[in-house]
Amino acid sequence: MRARAAIRWSILVVVGIYLLLPILAMVEFSTRGAGSSRTLAAWRAIGTDADLVSAITVSVELALLTVAGTLLLLVPTMTWVQLRVPRMRRLVEFICLLPLTIPAIVIVVGIAPIYAWVNYLLGDSPLTLTFVYIVLVLPYAYRAIAAGLSGVDIVTLAEAARSLGASWRQVLLRIVIPNIRGGIISAAVISVALVLGEFTIASLLNFNTLQVVINLLGKRDAAVSVAVSVAALVFAFLLLLVLAQVAPRRRGAGMAEVEDA
Amino acid sequence: MPDDVTGAGTLVEAPARPGVAVRLVELRRSFGPVVALDGLSLEIVPGELVALLGPSGCGKTTALRALAGLQELDSGQVFVDGRDITRVSAHRRGMGMVFQAYSLFPNMTARENVAYGLRLRRVPAAQRRKRAGELLDLVGLASHAGHYPDQLSGGQQQRVALARALAIQPKVLLLDEPLSALDAKVRAQLRDEIRAVQREVGTTTLFVTHDQEEALAMADRVGVMSAGRLQQIASPVELYERPRTAFVAEFVGLTNRLAGTAGGGSVQLLGARVPLLPGSVESGPVTVLVRPESLLVTPAEPDAAERAAGRVLAATFLGALCRVRVRLDDGTVLLAQVSSVDVTQLAPGTPVRVGVRPAPVLAIAGSA
Ligand SMILES: Nc1ncnc2c1ncn2[C@@H]1O[C@H](COP(=O)(O)OP(=O)(O)OP(=O)(O)O)[C@@H](O)[C@H]1O
Ligand SMILES: [Mg+2]
Repeated sequence: MRARAAIRWSILVVVGIYLLLPILAMVEFSTRGAGSSRTLAAWRAIGTDADLVSAITVSVELALLTVAGTLLLLVPTMTWVQLRVPRMRRLVEFICLLPLTIPAIVIVVGIAPIYAWVNYLLGDSPLTLTFVYIVLVLPYAYRAIAAGLSGVDIVTLAEAARSLGASWRQVLLRIVIPNIRGGIISAAVISVALVLGEFTIASLLNFNTLQVVINLLGKRDAAVSVAVSVAALVFAFLLLLVLAQVAPRRRGAGMAEVEDA
Repeated sequence: MPDDVTGAGTLVEAPARPGVAVRLVELRRSFGPVVALDGLSLEIVPGELVALLGPSGCGKTTALRALAGLQELDSGQVFVDGRDITRVSAHRRGMGMVFQAYSLFPNMTARENVAYGLRLRRVPAAQRRKRAGELLDLVGLASHAGHYPDQLSGGQQQRVALARALAIQPKVLLLDEPLSALDAKVRAQLRDEIRAVQREVGTTTLFVTHDQEEALAMADRVGVMSAGRLQQIASPVELYERPRTAFVAEFVGLTNRLAGTAGGGSVQLLGARVPLLPGSVESGPVTVLVRPESLLVTPAEPDAAERAAGRVLAATFLGALCRVRVRLDDGTVLLAQVSSVDVTQLAPGTPVRVGVRPAPVLAIAGSA
């Protein structure tokens, strides 16, 4: 037993060092001052650089909109398919997983003409990126919610609720959603992480999101760009921690499967 | 009054609310090539508990779900309390349903589960709580009100499900093999409890099972189904003693097939004349369906000369009763039931005489 525990811990430590080392290096680099002094100038710049602040705002807004859009799209659809038209499940799954197989660059090329229209109709706000991002996170969110749905027999639960007098809306809100919370939260987490880290599409469509601005900054002031990157990592990590706390109150349906997605 | 749950006060102490009548007319439903319901008609009188009994896949669940509104029909009509509800959607039918699979809402405690239907009916919280408490008491789980489903055993979960179904004072209570996931002992106990509760509340009940013992023990009347149709519906005693078709005779209880010669309303069988049940083939060589307890097996003695002769193959001890397998001299193998007192004389290999009691039997065409 002892030996096993030792092996386990040493694996953890090695992996921990491997993952932490670059972050520590980034922290070290971003706090490097003139000569061998330390300075937090780069970190302070995060709050004062107007471009950066607006990029952070845009990215966070994008993340929230994407999560809301994805969940509004997927949860009712997948529930409906499972309850009413189970034979359509393969098709829906195929469609939702499709973006995985299409490289981002191809998506951009394909979507650029559509965005010409989107810009024409909705203005050129970077928030219009939400549409592409929903497509982008679809496969991951689908897997997460599907895992949540497979963890409970929602067909029987829905029938029980129906016979007790629940409308379909009540079935969705009071029965299905609370019981696939784990899956929904996983879907949200992964969506946020993806949106905050997305660079290719935003850059090619010329929107100044967080990653795009970090990249630009990197050319001008490397220390600030590295500091922001670390901050973004820490933010995502904290977000994960918070969500893991609220996630599965009674059952962890859905969390496990996303981690290997 | 039917939909008024709030004013009803205590369902537990109040005199039984008279149940309502149910009528299923010519229900048809196919799933591709599979005909699940093939013109099923069924009437249930108010307050009655009817069990639908039949082999797997004969359409029992489909029939129950059609009554609950959870299954669309190709054709046919459903009447409850004289009203045609064929087109009414499930959540407006006011049926209490207990499912075969565990169906409690995992995110709610036992009490919240029971109160859920009342919450949907906007019953005030205090009243909800009170009634949920009463119903949990009725099923003997008052002390588990705060438990979540995964903290309850299978039997407890099904009891809560029963309480939940009863909480809305359903027009009809629908039970789809609610006991099949439970072990034998809990099953028998819960079976009696469900029956007692049903008597107490007086709700018209349809109970689906493929377990004949369960059906016979619980129901006022048992409907035997086969291939999407009702073969016979009758009281347990009548069903057992006067089966109308060979399917019913053989599905309900054990049956021997014996060759006989019919004529004049009776049949010549094992050296005796036995009256025929209605629906029998009336003349010529027939196959007769005889219950094990209608057969008399005695050690071979000269005075029983007119009976058929045979030898005991095996005897199975079942407690007060025993089953004896006998091979007649003509090769027919029979299963007979004798009391355990007599079985000592019937060791395997013993030569015996087999006779038949004069209880009416069903004769069908063909030779055994
Ligand atoms: N949703 C469905 N899709 C396709 N076939 C179905 C469906 N529901 C039922 N069937 C078929 O209809 C027939 C009757 O099914 P049903 O569930 O009513 O049988 P049952 O008598 O309840 O059987 P069991 O005792 O096994 O529960 C079966 O052959 C079944 O395969
Ligand atoms: Mg069934």
